[in-house]
Amino acid sequence: MAGIRILVGTRKGAFILTSDGKRKQWSVSGPHFAGWEVYHVKGSPVDPDRIYASQTSSWFGQIIQRSDDGGQTWHQPGSPEGPQTNEFGMPMGESNKFVYDTSEETGRPLTTHQFYDGTQHPWEFKRVWHLEPSLSDPDTVYAGVEDAALFRSTDGGSSWQELAGLRGHETGPDWAPGAGGMCLHTLVIDPTNPDRLFAAISAAGTFRSDDGGLSWRPINQGLHSQHIPDPTAPVGHCVHRIAIHPKRPNVLFMQKHWDVMRSDDGGDSWHEVSGNLPSDFGFPIAVHAHEPETIYVVPIHSDALHYPPEGKLRVYRSRTGGNDWEALTNGLPQENCYVNVLRDAMAVDELEPCGVYFGTTGGQVYGSADSGDTWTPLVRDLPAVLSVEAQTLP
Amino acid sequence: MSRALGTAEVRVVLPPHLRTLARVDSEVLLAVMTPVTQRTLLDALEARYPMLRGTIREHVTQRRRPRVRFFANAEDISHDSPDAPLPDAVAGGAEPFLIVGAVSGG
Repeated sequence: MAGIRILVGTRKGAFILTSDGKRKQWSVSGPHFAGWEVYHVKGSPVDPDRIYASQTSSWFGQIIQRSDDGGQTWHQPGSPEGPQTNEFGMPMGESNKFVYDTSEETGRPLTTHQFYDGTQHPWEFKRVWHLEPSLSDPDTVYAGVEDAALFRSTDGGSSWQELAGLRGHETGPDWAPGAGGMCLHTLVIDPTNPDRLFAAISAAGTFRSDDGGLSWRPINQGLHSQHIPDPTAPVGHCVHRIAIHPKRPNVLFMQKHWDVMRSDDGGDSWHEVSGNLPSDFGFPIAVHAHEPETIYVVPIHSDALHYPPEGKLRVYRSRTGGNDWEALTNGLPQENCYVNVLRDAMAVDELEPCGVYFGTTGGQVYGSADSGDTWTPLVRDLPAVLSVEAQTLP
Repeated sequence: MSRALGTAEVRVVLPPHLRTLARVDSEVLLAVMTPVTQRTLLDALEARYPMLRGTIREHVTQRRRPRVRFFANAEDISHDSPDAPLPDAVAGGAEPFLIVGAVSGG
């Protein structure tokens, strides 16, 4: 019978929730990397037992962890064996090394970006927000980092090289940090064309590459952001999350700082589909595994109040690709609820009916085994949840 | 630990997060090239525990990370030159070299 594995990153470690295909009973393992912030944990689509984790600390920096057995054991993949191992037989730690590429051959000069106060500020590596494994090779994985840039590993996370064409884009000096920092938090790979990548950066906007990540261009036409001097500028938009359905990659959905947006032309243009949402501020957006026009968001009151409107935790579902939304409340707290749901903290599984999962800053992970009609907490009292990913196991 | 020519046995205390990362107990004993300085001590520490590379000093610049501080013999030596000799009590193993996560926030 198929199974489900939910990978949860939190402020104080990672947790793994597992269930069989019925999705009724869940077991919890963890905390893994206890006490560290785990921004993201994600498995390879071609080898689900290959899982990458971003373990990070404002004090002690970035650690990359890898599991080859579905999360039972972990290691830093720096150099598991051979001449890169030191005299004590320990790996050399290169997997934790993220250095902006300023080489003449492949890199770009380390330029500056706009800081909170409007002055220019040099790029400084802080942490990995998002790990996106390749759709075809378990040893290839992308890392979206803060300050915003894209790195790639082709050796299972052992070493990382920047794809400097993105950070070095001519608009770089106009990029600015959002409240959470200037982070590349979303990377989407087109399943029909591995050379096409979409990246989203707070607060720069969305970018597309059609050459495997070497060169990029902003794709923000149609976005309207009141918080920047020119609301329709080519860059500067605080995009919170983008999502596609794998069988229809030319249609993109976006949860922006404010506004839920849609593109039907691979991001060349966007139009608003917020419709009847009680608030169009929010962080995650997800697409149903089997219905490309069914999408999910979690409305949040505002950028000033990072909690749900009216203290009611409601997932909103549209079956029409936006504009017409219905509140999904069955099993979710409908009073006195003031948690947030962060951008990487919602995922779907591939079973029938589609399972939907999200985690909150209050430490709950909710799941629905019926496309969102009813919800149950899979676990209630974790540390604040930063990310949720769902793996559908054979 | 045997003591090689030109080395000193130095005690190092890591902060809790780095203990779990390096899988060690509260204090580690290191053979450090003399003269014992922040640099020679951290070089020895990172050679013995490579997973700590980048966690105390930046990977490229080798500068102390901003939220990490060094104490020796009850003094904050975070801002001393990395090549300044450490106090005799630390270099001689009587007192440990403390690596501390700076306290900030709540």
